[in-house]
Amino acid sequence: MARITASVYTSHVPAIGAALDLGKDHEPYWQRLFSGYEFSKQWMRDHTPDVIFLVYNDHATAFSLEFIPTFALGTAAEFAVADEGWGPRPVPRVIGHPELASHIAQSVIQSDFDLTIVNRMDVDHGLTVPLSLMFGQPEAWPCPVIPFAVNVVQYPVPSGRRCFELGKALRRAIETYDRPLDIQIWGTGGMSHQLQGARAGLINRDWDNRFLDRLISDPAALAEVPHIEYVREAGSEGIELVMWLIARGAMDDIAGGKAPNVAHRFYHVPASNTAVGHLILENR
Amino acid sequence: MALDKPYTNIPGTTIFDTDQSRKGYWLNQFCMSLMKAENRERFKADERGYLDEWPMTEDQKQAVLSRDLNRCIQLGGNIYFLAKIGATDGRSFQQMAGSMTGMTEEEYRDMMINGGRSVEGNRYIGEDGDAQPDRQPQGRTGGNI
Repeated sequence: MARITASVYTSHVPAIGAALDLGKDHEPYWQRLFSGYEFSKQWMRDHTPDVIFLVYNDHATAFSLEFIPTFALGTAAEFAVADEGWGPRPVPRVIGHPELASHIAQSVIQSDFDLTIVNRMDVDHGLTVPLSLMFGQPEAWPCPVIPFAVNVVQYPVPSGRRCFELGKALRRAIETYDRPLDIQIWGTGGMSHQLQGARAGLINRDWDNRFLDRLISDPAALAEVPHIEYVREAGSEGIELVMWLIARGAMDDIAGGKAPNVAHRFYHVPASNTAVGHLILENR
Repeated sequence: MALDKPYTNIPGTTIFDTDQSRKGYWLNQFCMSLMKAENRERFKADERGYLDEWPMTEDQKQAVLSRDLNRCIQLGGNIYFLAKIGATDGRSFQQMAGSMTGMTEEEYRDMMINGGRSVEGNRYIGEDGDAQPDRQPQGRTGGNI
């Protein structure tokens, strides 16, 4: 049977991708950020999974205002890298896993989560920047990736609780897949940032670090935090952090297993407008 | 019953909800069109003419022409859509976000390097933080440093 071996959490700031693509990653400004991912790249080499289930949000890229799916599951064989307006990032195409994705669709929808099944979806920085941070700049991504896009752009967006419950359903889905695959689930976005108005540039280091603490040791209580707290404390775009709860809800301890091992924790301000947070949690 | 909006009392913050989205539908859809290279070229060659192909309000068109992102957001725009205008102009998210504060690019970048804007005094309208309406625009040129 398939098994979730670990979850990875990281911000997905577009400027990080641009810094890598333009060869600026050795500049001191960026070195402070990338140094926090050195451990992670080695860890990825040692723990390359068979498939990554990657939770992210589309930033008005694949989805305009014509369609706004709350939860969009990518079931295609491959996904093109989007042109977000600056031209597509020079990174490999994303290879999907249609068979596992279809199994997940079947299982999770029958568990009462109304996913949208998407067979054509260009993927933006929300998905490619985490891959770059964890894998560097390979010719091809080392494993298939199932993209899972969450609407956190137009309200109403899903609650933390809904995301956490969805994580539990994903775990049940993956564990009933009858091939022995090692799966990682990644939650991306955040941490505190605001990209609009007179409050642009907001960073809340204390709140972010409490979020990391609670995500590790008390995720069920964290899942009860209402949207307004994210917005008020972590900025209007800090709402992306609800996506981390999907990955966290899929871990062993939530289903009665052992607490995860915290393999890595990193926090840095700033990357462009944003606070960067990063965790690797391993099931034991 | 009206929608519950607990988020209207945060300074300098507009939540992109269904009402804003309805108001900004064509503004945002115009922005989406700039994801195609050929449309970016056409827009750059004749901004007014390109905008006139869209059923946007005159206020929205003026806000785009003057690159007034705060006004665009007030008129229903969302930053991830508006970012396509910035991309067309060759501007980064940091330049776009900074432009909404009144600070120069350098002032905004320095604020971020020094840890970003504090949340203290900026949680509710009526507190005394630097994002409050009576302290705009910010930065040296705004006269509020």
